[in-house]
Amino acid sequence: MSAAAAFGGSQALWFVSRASGLALLVAFSGVVVLGVAARLGSAPRPWSRLALSELHRTLSLFSVSFLGLHVATAISDPYVTIGWAATVLPFASPYRTAAIGLGALAVDLGGAVLITSLARQRLGYRGWRVVHWLAYLAWPVAFAHSVTAGNDLRIWWVALVEEGCALAVAVAMVARLLSWWRFPTERLLG
Amino acid sequence: MKRGADLSERLALPRLLPTGGLAGPTSLAGHLARYGPPPASLDQRQRESLIAEVARAGLTGRGGAGYPTARKLAAVAAGHAPVVVANGTEGEPASAKDKVLMTRSPQLVLDGAVLAAEMVGARETVIVAHPAARRVMADAVAERARARFDQVRIRVRPAADRFVAGQASAVVHWIERGVPAPRASPPRVTERGLHGAPTLVQNVETLAHLALIARYGAAWFRSVGTPAEPGSMLVTVLGAVREPVCAEIAIGTGIGQALDLAGGRSAPLQALLLGGYSGDWVSAAVAMDRPFSSAGLADLGAGTGAGVIAALPAGACGLKETAQVVRYLAGESAGQCGPCRFGLDAIAGQVERLAHGRGADPRLLHRWLGQVDGRGGCAHPSGVIRLIRSSVRVFDAELRQHAMGWCSGTARVLPVPPGRSR
Amino acid sequence: MTGGTGRVAVRLRVDLIACDGRGLCAEALPELITLDDWGFPITVDRLVPPRLLADARETVRACPRLALRLDRLRSRWSRNPVTTGPAADGGDSRT
Repeated sequence: MSAAAAFGGSQALWFVSRASGLALLVAFSGVVVLGVAARLGSAPRPWSRLALSELHRTLSLFSVSFLGLHVATAISDPYVTIGWAATVLPFASPYRTAAIGLGALAVDLGGAVLITSLARQRLGYRGWRVVHWLAYLAWPVAFAHSVTAGNDLRIWWVALVEEGCALAVAVAMVARLLSWWRFPTERLLG
Repeated sequence: MKRGADLSERLALPRLLPTGGLAGPTSLAGHLARYGPPPASLDQRQRESLIAEVARAGLTGRGGAGYPTARKLAAVAAGHAPVVVANGTEGEPASAKDKVLMTRSPQLVLDGAVLAAEMVGARETVIVAHPAARRVMADAVAERARARFDQVRIRVRPAADRFVAGQASAVVHWIERGVPAPRASPPRVTERGLHGAPTLVQNVETLAHLALIARYGAAWFRSVGTPAEPGSMLVTVLGAVREPVCAEIAIGTGIGQALDLAGGRSAPLQALLLGGYSGDWVSAAVAMDRPFSSAGLADLGAGTGAGVIAALPAGACGLKETAQVVRYLAGESAGQCGPCRFGLDAIAGQVERLAHGRGADPRLLHRWLGQVDGRGGCAHPSGVIRLIRSSVRVFDAELRQHAMGWCSGTARVLPVPPGRSR
Repeated sequence: MTGGTGRVAVRLRVDLIACDGRGLCAEALPELITLDDWGFPITVDRLVPPRLLADARETVRACPRLALRLDRLRSRWSRNPVTTGPAADGGDSRT
């Protein structure tokens, strides 16, 4: 209760949770687009493949802070009961079980991608790569969470941001698929 | 050491190949009658002393690299649950020695493989045999199995039909996953090879020598050859000779004598290709009096390689021959490494232009040779670069003629398999 | 082998089988890596200078195919960490 008081009330918590959630979606979408761009080498000058790759990495690490804020404020909010377990256990939240559950699933998938990426050199290329494909699952799950767990789509610019993210990621995914179809040199499991 | 044949017979050549006009493969009975039985199953002390005997004999690999065999044996023997692979791939189109050895003396090769397995403590050996010899090897294994000859398990696999398929890690990769492409080293196959086990990959000729050293000892082995390069070796003599042949010579035998084993030259010679397609051209005038040994050829920038001696007649164009070989070798790239896959193709294009007098860019060729040499997952690109550099050295007169627009000849001497589509 | 100052002798190696020619390494470490005419890295055959060691480690991390390695070199002779002069005495344990 003291944490809630420090944040100035339930309304503030809920607001920060929604705002950080949207920011997280934008960041995550950027990570996916950058990841595909780095892979396809679609670097116009003066952008370099190194810059795209490093940006992809930096932004993904940065997103973790948005995630932390999003989760902490949502759970600390006394107005709804979610529980810490629901952060990673899907469908453990009494409040909006399915919607929050999708969020937890996205954390699990994204977390797996992140952790294996940080431990990439120990894991080896093949181990890392197999798990990294889960990113293409993590994003749609996160997106589904964003449209079901909150009521903000009625705000016109929020809807615009969400659509923009979806469009950007869809383009990236199609580009990746086309590239894989045209140049199937890499077997799926490395 | 068990004694088999008469001492004087044992000291003469050939050692590995059958004497007389024997048509088919030597049977197990015939093999034992000639050489005597191999050493019986070895205990730890005997294994170590046998490896020491091989070290004293100075046996080196006959697959082309010439690595000291005893050292490899010791390295693999130090590992846990090792495996032996007998490499009879013979991806080199100009070489026939491994095919001939396997089809004429299969039991000797198998003796060597089994002995090597016992020496390193392996329970299994895999024979990777060129398709031309696979049936004979399989029959020989069956003959031994019927006689319950070995305590080591022997499997026979057909080899892949690619130039790089004979490389040690490529053989292992081929057995494991059916992909005849070299794999990254470290780890070396002696540490982690077939299914992760320490693996001894040894050319079939090396194993045949091993089988005889185990019987007759190091001093016998060293009774022919040179002090630095002892023993005998199989050579393939082809090209402008009367009767192309695969024969066994003492290392250090004169190249002219080696050509005589093939009936002598069939035309005046301008050059010789020594070693194989990853080997080197040497001018015939200079090389004829040289001994066929690495020491004897070192100052010519050549070596014995896989034992190929190909004679180029004066009426042929060395550059065209080289261009054909280089184009073939570029097509044989495993395609795993950029410099090999793309660089060799580009280099082959330039060499073809040189050969056909069609506006080559020598500076570009030189640049590419420098960029590709020594880079890649195996020694394939280096071998090609080596061949090209020696051809430019030896055929410099031909180069000048080509620059003026005419050429010595068009004869096709070196065997180049038809191109495959990638 | 560590010198008296505690520095480590390492060499930068590329596994060309794993390499895809994406070129990030040459961007990250142009002092030690150049690209051949087909976009694949050529590493200098010298020890990594101490001032570039951190950059080299970052470059190894950044390779998307994990094709870069830093190989430590062991001296054949000295077990004593005290050395004089450059560590590049050729005493390495490569293949």
